[in-house]
Amino acid sequence: MIEFRSVSKRFPDGTLAVQDFSLVLPSHKTTVLVGSSGSGKTTLLRMINRMVDPTSGSVAIDGEDIATLPPVKLRRGIGYVMQNSGLLPHRTVLDNVATVPLLRGTPKRQARADALVLLDTVGLDRALADRYPGQLSGGQQQRVGVARGLAVDPNILLMDEPFGAVDPIVRAELQQELVRLQKDLDKTVVFVTHDIEEAFLLGDQIVILREGGRIAQVGSPADLLARPADDFVASFVGADRGRRVLHVERHGAEDVVVDSDGRLAGVLNGNPAEGDR
Amino acid sequence: MTWVLANLGLIWARTLDHVVLSLPPIVLCFLIALPLGWLARRYRISRGIILTGAGLLYAVPSLPLFFVLPAVIGTGLRSPLNVIIALTLYGVALMVRVVSDGLDSVDADVRQSASAVGYSAWSRFWQVELPLSGPVLLAGLRVVAVSTVSLVTVGAVIGVQSLGSLFTDGFQRGIQAEIIAGLVVTVGLALVFDGGLVLAGRVLMPWNRRAAPSKPNVPVELRAT
Repeated sequence: MIEFRSVSKRFPDGTLAVQDFSLVLPSHKTTVLVGSSGSGKTTLLRMINRMVDPTSGSVAIDGEDIATLPPVKLRRGIGYVMQNSGLLPHRTVLDNVATVPLLRGTPKRQARADALVLLDTVGLDRALADRYPGQLSGGQQQRVGVARGLAVDPNILLMDEPFGAVDPIVRAELQQELVRLQKDLDKTVVFVTHDIEEAFLLGDQIVILREGGRIAQVGSPADLLARPADDFVASFVGADRGRRVLHVERHGAEDVVVDSDGRLAGVLNGNPAEGDR
Repeated sequence: MTWVLANLGLIWARTLDHVVLSLPPIVLCFLIALPLGWLARRYRISRGIILTGAGLLYAVPSLPLFFVLPAVIGTGLRSPLNVIIALTLYGVALMVRVVSDGLDSVDADVRQSASAVGYSAWSRFWQVELPLSGPVLLAGLRVVAVSTVSLVTVGAVIGVQSLGSLFTDGFQRGIQAEIIAGLVVTVGLALVFDGGLVLAGRVLMPWNRRAAPSKPNVPVELRAT
């Protein structure tokens, strides 16, 4: 469990990135921080591995205030995946995945063997093991990034817009992979994105942030859709534009689903047995 | 040509002298410039002081420096140490800026992600920043190597033997072939040093070589033309 206790962060240039933020992120769940730029979502994420230290307030992991832990040791125990993968360009794919275990003193042979297995886990061909990151596609690099994040089998996985820079098709693929992985691995995932669709797909708990890290609403995707706290949330999840408000229209023998703009959203599958056919 | 053939032994001996005088400054200046360049990049105040100091150092003419050094550090006027120290200073003057620029050239994202996954400042410098500034360092070191090989010849004027002695001797005795031989071998030696560094760079920085030709998103048919 990760706990933010009235955390604020003012950067040296005077920007108040986060103001009096309190939240509990339950273990073994995916919490998604959603907001536009300037909402402080990345700052919040970076507080969890002490890349950013709060100006006031504290962050606790399983009840322990992390300000008391040495940052380097803390970071080696937390998986971190960032946009543009952040891989080391001068290390092969395999060595990139093995980075953190090697830093923690795992013998090289062992670390590399484990890294090969992780390539399988994230759906990468082992033939890529000896390539350099610059020789991979954006999607492949992100997979390597995820594998690296998982390498020490951390309880907590921090993901900072990890799929933000890949094209929509690859992104959808990676999102599905993550859903599958999370089902098996059961990590405490903290995911930052500005894409509400991504948040709905991945999040158990979604936190919608206003500017300055103020919470607009916390809840499950269903909560946010069905009962948006205010116009800001409604607009963020798209409920105000009628894209989320659907009704059924009869077209000949079929029922089709239409949103309030009249845009076709899909076909109603009233009979599950028929759908399985 | 007959002079050259008759004096191959002499040319070889001077070449070896030359190598012995050139190598230490190149290595030493790199080792000294490394912490200085790091310091120059690290703090704004030290940056101004170190980089300006290094620039001024390079402006000191070499011949007077060869004469002044013995007085300052107490070596003999004809000691090869004078040449080695003077050329180390010139190398440092060039390399400090190169090291600082090289460290600057490391992608901020990579640096941050290295910290985020748990590199300490120390291990990040040696395992991430230093290797990634390799291409810039190599470019600087190549300039230093070539200029050092050429500057060693000036030492001949104060009596420190090197390929430069072939110039001074050739001038004094009017042997043109000796002067030309000295010149050609010096240039040749500079090329050998340069080639050696390029080769070392390829061995030490395989990612740099392999990544270049297969940049993603470049259509194959475009690359063929």
